[in-house]
Amino acid sequence: MGIVTPGFGLIFWTTLTFFLLLFLLAKFAWKPILKAVQDREGAIDLALKAAEAAKAEMASLQSNNEQLLKQTREEREQILKEARVLRDKTIADAKTAASEEAAKVLESARIQINNEKMAAMTEVKNQVAQLAIDMSERILRAELKDAAAQKAMVDRAMQDVKLN
Amino acid sequence: MTKLNRILFGLFLLAGPAVLASETGSEASERMSSSSDHAEGHAEEVKEAFNPAEVIMHHIADSHGWHLFDWNDHPVSIPLPVILYTEEGLVVFSSSAFHHDQEGTHVVEAGGQRFVNIHEKIYYASDVANAHGVYAEMDEETHAVANQSPWDISITKNVASLLFGAVLILWLFLSTARSYKKNPNSSPKGLRGFVEPLVVFVRDDIAKNNIGPHYARFVPMLLTIFFFIWINNLMGLIPFFPGGANVTGNIAVTMVLALVTFVVTNVNGNKHYWSHIFWMPGLPVAVKPLLAIVEFIGIFTKPFSLMIRLFANITAGHIIVLSLVSLVFIFETVWVSPASVLLTLFISILELLVAALQAYIFTLLTALYIGAAMHEEHH
Repeated sequence: MGIVTPGFGLIFWTTLTFFLLLFLLAKFAWKPILKAVQDREGAIDLALKAAEAAKAEMASLQSNNEQLLKQTREEREQILKEARVLRDKTIADAKTAASEEAAKVLESARIQINNEKMAAMTEVKNQVAQLAIDMSERILRAELKDAAAQKAMVDRAMQDVKLN
Repeated sequence: MTKLNRILFGLFLLAGPAVLASETGSEASERMSSSSDHAEGHAEEVKEAFNPAEVIMHHIADSHGWHLFDWNDHPVSIPLPVILYTEEGLVVFSSSAFHHDQEGTHVVEAGGQRFVNIHEKIYYASDVANAHGVYAEMDEETHAVANQSPWDISITKNVASLLFGAVLILWLFLSTARSYKKNPNSSPKGLRGFVEPLVVFVRDDIAKNNIGPHYARFVPMLLTIFFFIWINNLMGLIPFFPGGANVTGNIAVTMVLALVTFVVTNVNGNKHYWSHIFWMPGLPVAVKPLLAIVEFIGIFTKPFSLMIRLFANITAGHIIVLSLVSLVFIFETVWVSPASVLLTLFISILELLVAALQAYIFTLLTALYIGAAMHEEHH
């Protein structure tokens, strides 16, 4: 048999063996193996996707948390600021009110004092005037008991009045 | 020495490109068989003369018994069943019945018929021996045998090796499949760790990349072809029983594999594929018939090249290894053995690569041809 002449027997057995192998392997080996490999690939893909999703969710959660934290911090800051402003304002208001009140009290005191003073002064003036009048009346009565004295007096007055 | 040079020259041509090898291979075989005939003439005169070509060609070819070694000039073989489909039905007997005779001098009577073995081909024996004691009518010049042959479906050495290979493949993959069934979703370990990357490689890199979207249907076939060739290639590299047979270097085996590719490719050929063969679009009408002839021949040359490539590569590997081992006997000194062993080791390692590479190439080209036949028109 030349080595390049295919022998019938070997063709026969090769064909038989190959197709038997193909049949048996396809049914009992390749099918389960390929299916298992594919299933696992699917499972791995799924797991990877799930992990990716979980990671994304985690990230979003974390960013949410951060957002929340930031917001809270801002709110606290805001509240503190407001409180501080309120406090300042309250103090300022109180100060203003107090000083206003004090000023008002002072003012009214001053006015009252003034009034009292004026009243006192008026009374003093009135009494001084009364006193002066009384004194003058007595002096006049004493001085003007005679007609000569009265005349002398008119004269003197007339001298003071200088007529232009 | 000149003869050796010629053989080695032939070897290197065989190891070269497949197309070259297909031509020189047949020439070399003729040359070798003719030289072996001469050697037989000498063998009677000088008993000790070693003829490497004869030994190598004997190994490369198929045989009815599985020759293991010679003991005291007596060959020791594992007898294998000879199965003949004759004119009077099936005849079965052991190959040992021939008593290692390959020259047609020993007649075996079985099932009421008489057979002779001439160069591992079985013929109906003639009633009387010719001048050389051969029970067949032979042409004096060409040594062509005129006797009729029965259909020979014996379990030869190659068939036995093929069956061993099949059992090994079945064991390997059925046990792997069983482990997948047992725990489907665990990571690949043990046998699975070995099998799974290869299976995935064939599926993704060979089938999916070359066939296209409808690849899944062909994956079992491609996997079977790949592992069939690879395992049998590897078994051929084991130098002792049950390895060492030249299964994938036998043209009958590669022919069956190439025929599978041929049939699958053309059965799956779509309209686009056939139109490109018989009426190539976009060409002047005058050129179309010419190209149709070329393309039509191409349908056959593609699987033919697959057949020749695998056959030539594996056979060449066997021939080189045997030639290097034979150096010790050619030079008749043990001092050449270090060189012989080292070179054999080097070539054997190379052959390990070739074994995988040829399996890959055969499978890849099969996928490519199927892909081309199923390619959809989009231009």
